[in-house]
Amino acid sequence: MKFIQNIFDKVKPNFEKGGKLEKLHPAFEAFETLMFVPSATTKKGAHIRDAVDLKRTMITVVLALLPALLFGMYNVGYQHYSQLGELEAQGLMGIFTYGLLEVLPLIVISYAVGLGVEFAFAISRGHSINEGYLVSGMLIPLIVPVDVPLWMLAVAVIFAVVIGKEVFGGTGMNILNPALTARAFLFFAYPTQMSGDKVWVSGAGSNPDAISGETILGQLAGNNEVTTSISDMFYGFIPGSVGETSVLAILIGAALLIFSGIGSWRIMLSTLVGGALIAFLFNENGNNALQSFDWISHLLVGGFMFGAVFMATDPVTATQTTRGKWIYGLFIGILAMLIRIINPAYPEGMMMAIIFMNIMAPLIDHYVVEANIKRRLKRVKSV
Amino acid sequence: MSKDIRIKKGVDIKLQGSAEKVLVAAPRSESYTLKPTDFHGVIPKMHVKVGDHVDVGTPVFYDKNNPEVNFVSPVSGEVVELKRGAKRKLLEIIIKADATDTAIDLGKVNVGSMSPEALIAHLLKSGTWAFMRQIPYAVIADHTKKPKAICVSGFNSAPLAADENFMIEGKDKDFQTGLDALKKLTQGPVYLNLNGKGNTSTVFTKATSVERNQFNGPHPAGNPGVQVHHLNPVNKGEAVWYIFPQDVAAIGSLLNTGNYNAERIVCTTGSEVNKPQYFKTIQGSAVKDLLKDGLKSDNVRHISGDVLTGNQVTAEGNISFYGHELTVIEEGNQPEFMGWMTPGLNKFSLSKTFLSWLTPNKTYTINTNLRGEERAYVVTGEYDKVLPMDIYPMHMIKAALIDDIDQLERLGIYEVTPEDFALCEFACTSKMEVQDIIRKALDLVKQECS
Repeated sequence: MKFIQNIFDKVKPNFEKGGKLEKLHPAFEAFETLMFVPSATTKKGAHIRDAVDLKRTMITVVLALLPALLFGMYNVGYQHYSQLGELEAQGLMGIFTYGLLEVLPLIVISYAVGLGVEFAFAISRGHSINEGYLVSGMLIPLIVPVDVPLWMLAVAVIFAVVIGKEVFGGTGMNILNPALTARAFLFFAYPTQMSGDKVWVSGAGSNPDAISGETILGQLAGNNEVTTSISDMFYGFIPGSVGETSVLAILIGAALLIFSGIGSWRIMLSTLVGGALIAFLFNENGNNALQSFDWISHLLVGGFMFGAVFMATDPVTATQTTRGKWIYGLFIGILAMLIRIINPAYPEGMMMAIIFMNIMAPLIDHYVVEANIKRRLKRVKSV
Repeated sequence: MSKDIRIKKGVDIKLQGSAEKVLVAAPRSESYTLKPTDFHGVIPKMHVKVGDHVDVGTPVFYDKNNPEVNFVSPVSGEVVELKRGAKRKLLEIIIKADATDTAIDLGKVNVGSMSPEALIAHLLKSGTWAFMRQIPYAVIADHTKKPKAICVSGFNSAPLAADENFMIEGKDKDFQTGLDALKKLTQGPVYLNLNGKGNTSTVFTKATSVERNQFNGPHPAGNPGVQVHHLNPVNKGEAVWYIFPQDVAAIGSLLNTGNYNAERIVCTTGSEVNKPQYFKTIQGSAVKDLLKDGLKSDNVRHISGDVLTGNQVTAEGNISFYGHELTVIEEGNQPEFMGWMTPGLNKFSLSKTFLSWLTPNKTYTINTNLRGEERAYVVTGEYDKVLPMDIYPMHMIKAALIDDIDQLERLGIYEVTPEDFALCEFACTSKMEVQDIIRKALDLVKQECS
């Protein structure tokens, strides 16, 4: 790998202070550190350091997202061809390839536009490029309907990166989860594209007679009976956003996040508990299809699982204290289910719940930390 | 009233190159140094000039802010150089050693019949006061205030740390005299905190006039800051002093013989050291005299102290005042191709993002590479896993970064020392210099509130 190192060393002076391309230093640095872990050493204090860095953390999350992504691609093809009755004719590869070709543009647009904005901000402000968008850029395609127009996605990504993140100072400083900001933007700016039965199954828009697909929550909100089996909901053979349908794939990702210590199992668990609790209470005296929909199924459909595992656990926007994490997750679960069940205008409550709790997270932390401070003050008084 | 305290948070980093328990005498160095920079917050004012002859125990400099606190020569010889750094800051006082030592005789004293004031004056004059440090602020103890307790940690839990039990062996009499002296200095208890894992020296188990406690658990269980937090946390306006066992014995030796005892046992350790072992040597001796058996490679870093908290020294330099290890590890100044993508069987991490979790009992060689770049905080909760205190480390660090003194006080800044945060710094994904941040916060609070 010496020759790559040599290339970098050769062009480096151009990007250093005083070089011709000094302004582009953040961009150069991003590529260089991508290829090589820098030779920077510790100076004082702890002379040795943990091998983990933000790049490793982020790539691990992307790895955890892969099962959901791959299944999402397959499911896009599956939903499409099952509506056309061509499942058998297409075969496994045909189904997957269709999905791959549908989803790939979303991913490309998300990364190209998002990283473009990131680089532009980094260069104009002269700070280094943070790895955070590696994950956001993968999350965004997974939480939008497959047929979302690409220009809409691009606009949403720009909004999310600029307003959701960069205005606060970049990754680590943001208040709202950037990926959810993108989805919220789409949801409120283009409501017709983000609901109904036209966008969830690929091809429904262009071929409405043959294909129409509503999400299960959409059907429930219309007070219709749902006949999908629990196993289909669990494995994910249902219409929905690209990556959110398969609970199995999400749980594989969750296992990786929890095992590697990157995702907070406390948040995941307490979100599930909160959601299950509310769904169960409504089950007990349900008046409509949404309310009496079985509580286990409630957890399996829509974005609940995906949100609990990948969105709520975003460490920047979640609570930071251990106790705070329990409270934060619990409220996300409760709110998501309440919004979903009580307000049929928003059949997907998870997005709202997480964004709302993102805003509340510092408040929760504040009271958790205050409790610690009170303990300390009490000790002083007792002396 | 002895306590048995179980520490759950923290981690023992398993490194290669631990010292074999063999004690050999190190050769006498050509020159010895006193480094004012070893004493945080001390502004040195010289007692002697270049060319002066000093004996063991001759005051060399004092602290401008506390003129009673003397720092004395560890050997007899001639002051040959005052090494200065930027802004003429005094970095090192180099003393060229005579062939044999002669010591200043301060006279034997009987601790039992001494008043606390007389004892303090004696310790200040003799230069042994510098051994005594205090929580809060992790600086040399303020002799004008009474501590509510004194803490002697009987074990060092840091990676590759020297074994206090081994180093104290045979010093029973001096150690006991030292403890008796400590008992005089406080109305409260003198804690002698021992490792729950056992193998404790009889010097510790037989010591009297102390409150013995057991600490079980991983590093930083051996840190005085952590121990005091669990035994008797420091509130605003209070102080607890802490001191190493070898230094307790040195105080005892002074009281028993009348001479300043600069003899210390220091171990060489670290992956790059040939034959890591224990040496009987003198404070401030030359690094090269402890590394007679050579190193395994050239591109190395010498650290006086342990890998988490020690000071960087040069191969031609001298060891620092505190700390009983001379650690040599590989310098990590080489870029690594796609290092963040590799499976990482050889990369130690507290997170399980590298495959090294497959081999939990392996010992590692970790070099000094920073392993990433500094970033804004993203990951949360990783500090909490390695700081066994009822303190919110990240909130404290954020308060420190914005100089919020009120919040620092409320969050417990008086209870911590920078060393307690060493593992936080090790674990930090965002590569923050956590110890430095805490040190600056302590300085700020000290300046504003005391």
